[in-house]
Amino acid sequence: MTTGDSATVAADRKRPHRLAAILRSQMRNIAPFLTLICLFSFFAVASPSFATLDNFGNILTQISVTGIIAVGLTFVILCAEIDLSIAAIANVTGIAVAYFTLQESYVNIANVPMPGWAAILLALALCALLGLVNAFGLTVIGIPSFIMTLAMMQIAAGISALLVRGQIAYKVPPLVTTLGSTSIGGIPWIVIVAALMLLGGHLVLTYTRFGRYVYMVGGNREAAEYSGLNVKLILGSVMVISAVCAGIGGMLGVAHFGSAQQNEFDTYLLDSIAAVVVGGTSLFGGRGGIGNTIVGLFVLGVLNNGLDHVNIDSFLKILIRGLILLAALIINVYAQRLRERTAE
Amino acid sequence: MPAGQPILELQEITKAFGGVEALRGVDFALSPGEIHGLVGENGAGKSTLMKIIAGVHADFSGRFILDGKETRFRSVRDAHAAGIAMVHQELSVAPDLSVAENVFLGNQPTNRLGFVQWRRMAREAGEQLKRFGIDVDPMSRLGDLPIGLQQLIEIARVLFSGARIIILDEPTSALSPPEVERLFATLKRLRDEGTSIVFISHFIEDILRVSDVVTVFRNGRKVAETRAAETSKPALIEAMIGKGREALEETYTHDIMLPPPAERPVVLNASSLSLARSLRDVSFDVRAGEVLGIYGFMGCGQLELARILFGKLRPDQGTLAVAGDQKTFRSTADARRAGIAFVPESRRDMLFHQEPVYKNISISVLDRISSLLLKPSREREIAMRQVDQLRIRPAAVELDLGMLSGGNQQKVALAKWLSYPPRLLVLCEPTRGMDVGAKDDVIHIVRDLRAKGLAVIVLSTEPETVLSLADRVIVLKRGAVVREFANERISKDRLLEAA
Repeated sequence: MTTGDSATVAADRKRPHRLAAILRSQMRNIAPFLTLICLFSFFAVASPSFATLDNFGNILTQISVTGIIAVGLTFVILCAEIDLSIAAIANVTGIAVAYFTLQESYVNIANVPMPGWAAILLALALCALLGLVNAFGLTVIGIPSFIMTLAMMQIAAGISALLVRGQIAYKVPPLVTTLGSTSIGGIPWIVIVAALMLLGGHLVLTYTRFGRYVYMVGGNREAAEYSGLNVKLILGSVMVISAVCAGIGGMLGVAHFGSAQQNEFDTYLLDSIAAVVVGGTSLFGGRGGIGNTIVGLFVLGVLNNGLDHVNIDSFLKILIRGLILLAALIINVYAQRLRERTAE
Repeated sequence: MPAGQPILELQEITKAFGGVEALRGVDFALSPGEIHGLVGENGAGKSTLMKIIAGVHADFSGRFILDGKETRFRSVRDAHAAGIAMVHQELSVAPDLSVAENVFLGNQPTNRLGFVQWRRMAREAGEQLKRFGIDVDPMSRLGDLPIGLQQLIEIARVLFSGARIIILDEPTSALSPPEVERLFATLKRLRDEGTSIVFISHFIEDILRVSDVVTVFRNGRKVAETRAAETSKPALIEAMIGKGREALEETYTHDIMLPPPAERPVVLNASSLSLARSLRDVSFDVRAGEVLGIYGFMGCGQLELARILFGKLRPDQGTLAVAGDQKTFRSTADARRAGIAFVPESRRDMLFHQEPVYKNISISVLDRISSLLLKPSREREIAMRQVDQLRIRPAAVELDLGMLSGGNQQKVALAKWLSYPPRLLVLCEPTRGMDVGAKDDVIHIVRDLRAKGLAVIVLSTEPETVLSLADRVIVLKRGAVVREFANERISKDRLLEAA
């Protein structure tokens, strides 16, 4: 068969280039890792206090909340959607769990005390519900996720505002306090929770049918639909997963910070998106995964932490951070292009 | 060849994609005022060579000589500046802009201040299109026009852009016969005015009718170049595939006897399907072990009909029944659950190019072989079986799909459903843009499926495709069934006449 012969010939010819091709197709994974090594080496040389076991623990703790939120966001971005409401949902969930917990008498919030488990369940139900609203808007009404979650960001912030009314709450259920702010055997619980959730996300994405569908929907939505996948159900699910992960991150975050208040999580939106994308997960969907997100989290963690260890103008640090993130993103897009060229 | 120096000359052109050589040392020359036909199987290198000429691919080795001077285009813009324009295989228009804006895309007439001269643009666009036999309001929205007309307008844009070298890649695939006639008349007039035209097509009759010179490609090499008047269709096909084929004759038989209807159970019954602006009161049924051909020109409502059958579109009126049960498909997932499989007309919409072949094949059966956890070894096994059966090459299920040639990708699109296996297979344009060998393979695959008792619906705008596959044919015209052929003699002429 003529076509067969020519294809076999083509495959033979390709062999010497195979290693190069593999390297090129793995660029997306290699580049973020190299970035991480470079940053780490730089700070290790620049500051004697950076490369210590203690500080490594600090970094882990610092990236935990972002890590928990980023698990769900990874699912969303793999589907070529975006969730801008994660930080606001984290915030409102953290506030909700405090709202349902008995506060000290000096806290001026009309809270509704409940048993700890009930508070946690209600808070989880709240974030799941907000995720469902996102899912409904995206799949049933057909609002682009960028806009839908932008609205949800405002809605969640509004609920937060109504619940706390400018006040600060401190108490959360004991389980949340334990997981958010205590350690076991020298390892903070929050680090363990983040690690378990990242692991769980990785297992779901890699080894389950749902995970495969997420990659397929992100890789080519049209093809997924023509393959008879229930694309809307998958998109809806990732929006709910994202909201619930954000909610868990928010509850533990509140315990970790020791307070629940308005706008507490604002920086986590950009940090989470940056962690996912810097790690090499494609904003166009279908490529990347939790492994990439973990590398991205460390890039961000090392960068944020390392800049505190070197002696530079603290106002300059923000700019430096932005520039390094930009560089990482450029590498991401470049890696995408290299891969496309290989696939051509 | 007309006397004198060629306007464009390529020497020893070699181009590789990720290690796969698409062109190997190709020479090509184009004379002024000539229509140059290019034929060859998929992946033979025709389109790649043309994209080099049009400045799409800038990195290649070899000499590129324009007007006797060696040059090198870095971009499509460079090619445009040198008077070279190309119509690509895929439609690339701006559906939300007006017809006139599309005709003048990229070089709208402006006044001295840089403002667009709308009235002038509309007038000139209207005149140009009329010269081409198209009578539309230049200010209407392009996306509202039928696809065939959109394609003609895109062609018109390039033809009247003032380019002196024009490349047309499969321009006729979406056109009706009268539209093809108009296109050919215009091409010949432009040629007589001195324009050089390269014409790529799988329709060898078309190539022979319109070209002065024909070049044949095979496996990235030029294997023949002759004057069109001195060759014939069998000779060209032999040069293309390297050997004569009997099955080929079968495919192009002009008079076919349709078999009497078999007494088998009805798999799908469609009754009074209607969809705004596309379909009117379409009813038919298809039985197990039968191939129903649905033929019509581009824009006759086939695409919409196929999408209704697979739950992608919902009809305004009418019902579908699968094996006697009334069904309402709210999503493609519903249709799949009912045992319907669908292959759209464009492979791009069907396959995952960045994923390995086995994932492309196993996706349709994932929910059968795994409830929660994936079973990759089972997936590979299933994929390998299909790859063997359909002779997909290279036979490596781990390879990214994008590395396969077009014909093999099309087979993967089929393979994915064969492991399913469905009760009804809906195939849109199963052989469009395929070379003769791959077409032949697809025909055999469909016949095998029919023998296994599957119901198959083949929707096509190519009469040959319908004739070579169908046991029964219905003809759609402007969204309505106008003729059914069953248990009688049928030919290309009679099909075209009915449509």
